[in-house]
Amino acid sequence: MQRSLKVYLVLMAIAAPVLIASAAVQPPPPSDDEVNAIAHQLYCPVCENVPLDVCPTQACAQWRATIRDKLAQGWSEAQIKDYFVEQYGERVLATPPARGLNWLVYVLPPAAFLAGAFVLYRAFRSGGQNSEPLVPTAPDADGDPYVARLEEELRRRS
Amino acid sequence: MLANLGYFSLVLTFVAALYGAGAAAYGAVRRRPALVESARHAMLLTWPLVTLASLSIIALLVGRHYEVKYVAAVTSNAMPTYLKVTALWGGQAGSLVFWSWLLSAFATAASLRRWERDREFLPWVIVVTMITLAFFISLVIFFENPFQRLWQTLDGRQVSALFQPSGTIPLFPTDGQGLNPLLRHPGMVIHPPMLYLGFVSFVIPYAFAIAALVTRRTDDRWIRITRRWTLVAWLFLSLGLILGGRWAYDVLGWGGYWGWDPVEIAAFMPWLTGTAFLHSVMIQEKRGMLKHWNMLLIILTYSLVIFGTFLTRSGVLSSVHAFAQSAIGPMFFGFIGLTFVVSVSLLMNRWGELRGENHLGSVFARESLFLLNNLLFMGILVVCFWGVLFPLISELFTGQKVTVGPPFYERATGPLWVGLLFLMGVAPLSAYGATSWRSLGRGLWKLLLLSLIVPAALYFSGVTLAGALIGYWLIGFVAIVTLVEFWRGALARHRRHAESLPLAFWRMAIRNRRRYGGYIIHLGVVLMAIGIIGIEMFQTETQGTLARGESLSLGRYTLTYESLAQFDTADGRNVARAVVQVSRDGRNLGDLYPRRDFYYASQQPMTIPGVRSSLQDDFYVLLVGWEPIAQEGATFKIYHNPAVNFVWMGGLIFIAATLLAAWPTREFDGLREAATARAVVARA
Amino acid sequence: MTDKSALEAVVPPRPVQWGVILVWVLVLGLLAVVGLGLIRTQQGNIGVGARAPDFQLTTFSGSTVDMADLGGKVVVVNFWASWCIPCEQEAVELETAHQQFKDQGVVFLGVNYVDTESEALAYLDRFGITYDNGPDLGTRISQAFRIRGVPETYIVGRDGRLAHVKIGPYESLSEIQTAVNASMEE
Repeated sequence: MQRSLKVYLVLMAIAAPVLIASAAVQPPPPSDDEVNAIAHQLYCPVCENVPLDVCPTQACAQWRATIRDKLAQGWSEAQIKDYFVEQYGERVLATPPARGLNWLVYVLPPAAFLAGAFVLYRAFRSGGQNSEPLVPTAPDADGDPYVARLEEELRRRS
Repeated sequence: MLANLGYFSLVLTFVAALYGAGAAAYGAVRRRPALVESARHAMLLTWPLVTLASLSIIALLVGRHYEVKYVAAVTSNAMPTYLKVTALWGGQAGSLVFWSWLLSAFATAASLRRWERDREFLPWVIVVTMITLAFFISLVIFFENPFQRLWQTLDGRQVSALFQPSGTIPLFPTDGQGLNPLLRHPGMVIHPPMLYLGFVSFVIPYAFAIAALVTRRTDDRWIRITRRWTLVAWLFLSLGLILGGRWAYDVLGWGGYWGWDPVEIAAFMPWLTGTAFLHSVMIQEKRGMLKHWNMLLIILTYSLVIFGTFLTRSGVLSSVHAFAQSAIGPMFFGFIGLTFVVSVSLLMNRWGELRGENHLGSVFARESLFLLNNLLFMGILVVCFWGVLFPLISELFTGQKVTVGPPFYERATGPLWVGLLFLMGVAPLSAYGATSWRSLGRGLWKLLLLSLIVPAALYFSGVTLAGALIGYWLIGFVAIVTLVEFWRGALARHRRHAESLPLAFWRMAIRNRRRYGGYIIHLGVVLMAIGIIGIEMFQTETQGTLARGESLSLGRYTLTYESLAQFDTADGRNVARAVVQVSRDGRNLGDLYPRRDFYYASQQPMTIPGVRSSLQDDFYVLLVGWEPIAQEGATFKIYHNPAVNFVWMGGLIFIAATLLAAWPTREFDGLREAATARAVVARA
Repeated sequence: MTDKSALEAVVPPRPVQWGVILVWVLVLGLLAVVGLGLIRTQQGNIGVGARAPDFQLTTFSGSTVDMADLGGKVVVVNFWASWCIPCEQEAVELETAHQQFKDQGVVFLGVNYVDTESEALAYLDRFGITYDNGPDLGTRISQAFRIRGVPETYIVGRDGRLAHVKIGPYESLSEIQTAVNASMEE
């Protein structure tokens, strides 16, 4: 009994603003740009790797119509995306939500990069101690080390 | 008849390639030069044979031999002749033959060089190229045979086989299905061959690297021999990628040129390792360091080339570019696994012999900066590789399909690209060996300050996006550094050799093509970066449904819908073509014709944009929808793409400069140059 | 293939055993993943004789059909979508077959693949389809059957194993009848 009352209250809380809004002024129908802004972040399984806003297939046109309907009903962007995920699975999102195994998507590349940077750092440390200047940097007649380097490089090139 | 001839020559090629590989290996191990020579002859035989096979396919395609399955699948009566010829690489089987043809041509070209100084490499180069060739030919012979004929069984089923199966009658269709409409674009006609050229020419440096490992000749000889091959491979790969981008921009109708599609990335990954390789081999040549790393890079590049081909052809990934699913996946997988494992084992076995001749000095020395450059390229590679692979992993372990789309790649690689831009500006100012941060900083700070003009000017003209300002600052920095390098080099030469400045400039660039070609490539990259930042950060779009005579505005542009016509064409399309008038600030700029083609045969729509292009921006119109009967209302999507033409201009400069860097120098020139340089130093 | 293993090369040679092991683990792990992915793709859709996957279908009318409750019956599972032109070819025939077989312990189920509810309902209405239809929520059912496109039809025999698979639309009513009859006899 109490539970159903709670549910009713929650429902009213959600519905009330919508009802009030629609009663007060008829909101303008959602524009194409509003639809596309959301569609751009979604991918339809029928045409893989093409964002929904530019996919020319019939299925995608229907999806865009759905977004328009939901917008007209006052749904938010997040609600619409959730709806699509529920209907068609997580693959509709441009990037996998960061939870569970999907964490790996975001964690591995930076981790690999840092590991590479660390290896490089160690190489610098161990190499730096016993390094000796190879290129003679003695200034030449003009006293311009740049020219000396240029000539040196020319010489070494052969 | 023609089909049998082509097939027979492929079988012969397979035998010759296998014999060549076997004889070369045996001859090298047993020290039998005669056997190696025989292997070389076998290798020389492969190119004419594959040429014959390719020519017979082309003859079948042009001759409307629709009784051949491949011909019926990729051509139709409505296609013009040039498209029929290029249909050679329009389908799976034909493109494998084309790949093999390129490989045999390159192998032949490599074997025709003068080998006196590097005899010991020859047999192993033959082994690597011929095994690769045999693999590709075997795919054609056993799995994807372009010469299979169509037959009809008595109960009406269609079967395909090379020779007449019992109980069938030959089938003679009068027309074929035709090439996928997306591929009927001039850009698409030359884009794949460029990519293949790039892919295939990377086999040659790899072959030499393996030869160097096997023969334990681990100095930089293999790098010097293959320097030009590598540059040429890289040239074609870059060209293929740029053309692919242009094709996407012109035909795919989504307002961009690069969508981070798995297949695009598959071609991009060898380019990344190839670019890293091009930079790091210089360190080995100059300082005798990074030998392991270079070996690893070329092995990776080769594996990624094969892996990229595998990804596009095995059906493992779904993508707009992918070929239809096919049985060759497992073969490819086996081949990649085998070559990769063998190469890496060989490298590990020779690890100790690849000791560097120098140690890393200062962090600010040029070799260190090159290593940082390599680290960044590898970082981008990891992002790409992981992004492509992850959907597979996810599906395997959770059963859930996921999409790893452009936002992931953009966010993950963005900082790395910024780092690369910065290095591109710093590295030319650094010197080899031990450089202190002071000496580097001395050359650096003025130019960094000077380049602040660029973001400052942009800021006052109304650009406030921090990312764009930083990007354009670095772009300005790289451009200034590169131009100053040119100026200083020319000035030094001008003083020293008493040459006029333009002559000094010209001689300097011509005499050291690799270095100054490289700098011009950097300038090309800078131009491309201007365009990329422009479209990535400042692209705007809008969409609207218009009645005839109504307008839609975006920024300073206004589009007015004038009319729309829908009609069938002779080549099996239904075309809806709109006429829209475009004006900027109220001034009429003329008409554009965005259209939607629907191909009946393949049931595929294709959106061709109407584009008004200028140096500063593109106005890009797509016809999204229309009311079919009255044609009164139509929906248009318009994009404003600022600076996108810099991408193409930068691309052109990039390619031209790579050509310059790869252009052969006569040995004589180099010797004379060196002699002069020595004399000058002695005098000093 | 990560840059870690690769950059090991930069360090002056030190044949650390664990480094070598790490490299091989990475290489082989990578190959294994690609190989498994390849096996998966090569498998194609579920074949005849395999156990049909268990699934629950929430129909458009709100009720739930559970495969587990349909044991002992022949179940015809048809994947379709309203945007799919070839699906229309077989829509009427499927309904006719449903009317004919519904009293013989044969259950028809329509799984609506990647579609929008309003369009799907309009399609069902247009072809007068009365058997249970529902959306493929989260594309879970289609992934379980590993379908490659629509339409595809899977007939599950009384023993819960696939008795018949049809890729693409049925050409005629008799083709459906033949398939269902054969599945009933097994």
